[in-house]
Amino acid sequence: MVFEGLAEKLQNTLHKLKGKGKVNEKDVNDAMREVKMALLEADVNFKVVKDFVNKVKERAIGAEVLESLTPGQQIIKIVNDELTILMGTTQSKINFSSKPPTVIMLVGLQGAGKTTTGGKLAKLIKKQGKRPLLIAADIYRPAAIKQLQVVGGQVDVPVFSMGDKQNPVDIAKAGLEHAISNGNDVIIVDTAGRLHIDDELMGELQSIKSNIKPHEILLVVDSMTGQDAVNVAEHFNEKLGIDGVILTKLDGDTRGGAALSVRAVTNKPIKFAALGEKLDDIEIFHPDRMASRILGMGDVLSLIEKA
Amino acid sequence: SKTKQGITGKIENLVKSYQKIDEELLEELEEILITADIGVQTTMSIMDSLRDKIKTDKIKEPEMIKELLKEELKEILGKFSADEKLNIEPSPAIILVVGVNGVGKTTSIGKIAHKLKKQNKKVLLAAGDTFRAAAVEQLKIWGDRVGVEVISHQEGSDPAAVIYDAIQAAKARQADVLICDTAGRLHNKKNLMNELGKISKIVEREYSTATREVLLVLDATTGQNAIQQAKVFKEATDISGLVLTKLDGTAKGGVVVGISQELAIPVKLIGVGEKMQDLQEFDSQSFVNALFGEE
Ligand SMILES: Nc1nc2c(ncn2[C@@H]2O[C@H](COP(=O)(O)OP(=O)(O)OP(=O)(O)O)[C@@H](O)[C@H]2O)c(=O)[nH]1
Ligand SMILES: Nc1nc2c(ncn2[C@@H]2O[C@H](COP(=O)(O)OP(=O)(O)OP(=O)(O)O)[C@@H](O)[C@H]2O)c(=O)[nH]1
Ligand SMILES: [Mg+2]
Ligand SMILES: [Mg+2]
Repeated sequence: MVFEGLAEKLQNTLHKLKGKGKVNEKDVNDAMREVKMALLEADVNFKVVKDFVNKVKERAIGAEVLESLTPGQQIIKIVNDELTILMGTTQSKINFSSKPPTVIMLVGLQGAGKTTTGGKLAKLIKKQGKRPLLIAADIYRPAAIKQLQVVGGQVDVPVFSMGDKQNPVDIAKAGLEHAISNGNDVIIVDTAGRLHIDDELMGELQSIKSNIKPHEILLVVDSMTGQDAVNVAEHFNEKLGIDGVILTKLDGDTRGGAALSVRAVTNKPIKFAALGEKLDDIEIFHPDRMASRILGMGDVLSLIEKA
Repeated sequence: SKTKQGITGKIENLVKSYQKIDEELLEELEEILITADIGVQTTMSIMDSLRDKIKTDKIKEPEMIKELLKEELKEILGKFSADEKLNIEPSPAIILVVGVNGVGKTTSIGKIAHKLKKQNKKVLLAAGDTFRAAAVEQLKIWGDRVGVEVISHQEGSDPAAVIYDAIQAAKARQADVLICDTAGRLHNKKNLMNELGKISKIVEREYSTATREVLLVLDATTGQNAIQQAKVFKEATDISGLVLTKLDGTAKGGVVVGISQELAIPVKLIGVGEKMQDLQEFDSQSFVNALFGEE
């Protein structure tokens, strides 16, 4: 990558300060410049970076330097702690309804990975002994329904569809009814990709929402997203009130700063991480791992943990 | 283009709220560039050159900043304006379309086919994505829409064999342009990138007389990772142009500025929607204007 480890840079900036008892303002300012750059290079939104850096500054100035650490390491520790807090400290899962069927709706921009993720979730949920049903509510993208049917076939989960001539709201409603009469205890609604500024299509999602009352509206976000992630997440959350986020394509080499942006503007948990095109490639999201990935400093952290 | 809510407003306010050009103003400007995904390094180098100009030309008026910045960006992006046109002359031509997952390859192919067909070219499509669920059907629907033939094999078959067959078909039918779809692949997957190399070799061997164009499709919503994508795909396949999609959203696609500067690959086409007409030729001048929110 273009970018050398933040930890290394910080160590270099601050190595001369070794042996000091406290972190002073000047140390912090020097370090924060590097932190800011690193986060921006990782595509964390500018505003989010600013707020974050100010918070870390406050906490870092005057902090005691632990016996075992240098001021540089101490600052890295604070940065990582704060980042982990921002990413969400606990792992969150799907909230299954006590009155099945649990209704899950996947939404997001075009090409984010909704349909594929729908298949992955269906597989995961099925393994937990449930009987999921996939609902094909994307009538716009060429062959979207076929795609979901293929994916459903691969994970051996039924797919409800009414072709592409019916209204997605009606499809979702009929799908829910079908699930109830067939004893499916979870439904996963695959919706068409859309722009957050497309009022008509955002209205369609609102209408689906009010008709099938989802327990989980999950925003699917491509982890390679840049500065615009905040706009996207803000709009989807405002219009729909999302319950969580799924981050896709983490098998790439992106730092994934979008995770932080999305989390900061919605305050909703990132529930799953998708790591490939195969239908097993999904896992529960680990906020702490993501924090170190964004900073690009897994190794140093494990050193600090040992210290 | 529809690149709305540009940074003009911000820059307008910025230059109005300052009496003179000072460090604070320049810092805010830096922020505006970074939020357009231009990236830290490219932003820094643009700012350096801006600072130089301000100094040597003794520029005092904040108003002037906007023009200076535009010039700077147009210079970077306009360097290859001679190469901005799709390279498909003389016939026959083959266009290989590559990129990471979900960026808009298949859709862009439909749009390009539509555009070329309107120019009375005989176009043929190759369904080289044999991996993704219903990718072949998706391309076939585009083929029907536009009215061009699609050469395909079954899902799961060897993509290189599809391309081989499509080349033979293009020759037999005397197609002007053969456009090949490929499966989305992340650039850090070695085996998948090697597969592209294999496809390139087939094109070289079987269609050496054809005019060749390799388009890398980038999603305007993508951040700094797009630079890495461009680097690695360029090594694997000799990318000759970029297609920047999804510019109808609020993302600015500023990362192409860095790609232009670092990798010297011209942007050739932009995608501004999901319909077949939603494709435009790239024009660095209007792109920069759009970055600034001007139509
Ligand atoms: N490498 C990788 N590719 C993924 C992942 N998730 C999805 N994809 C790929 O991304 C592309 C788009 O995925 P889809 O599931 O079709 O995305 P979508 O959001 O349903 O797209 P639209 O319905 O067109 O909006 C496909 O090529 C998928 O195989 C992931 O975690 N890693
Ligand atoms: N808004 C908008 N959506 C687009 C644009 N281009 C493509 N899309 C949408 O993006 C999604 C993915 O497009 P595809 O053409 O399937 O992308 P791909 O690169 O072929 O995807 P894979 O083959 O799965 O890697 C679809 O929902 C398209 O309709 C564009 O310019 N603007
Ligand atoms: Mg889909
Ligand atoms: Mg495709």
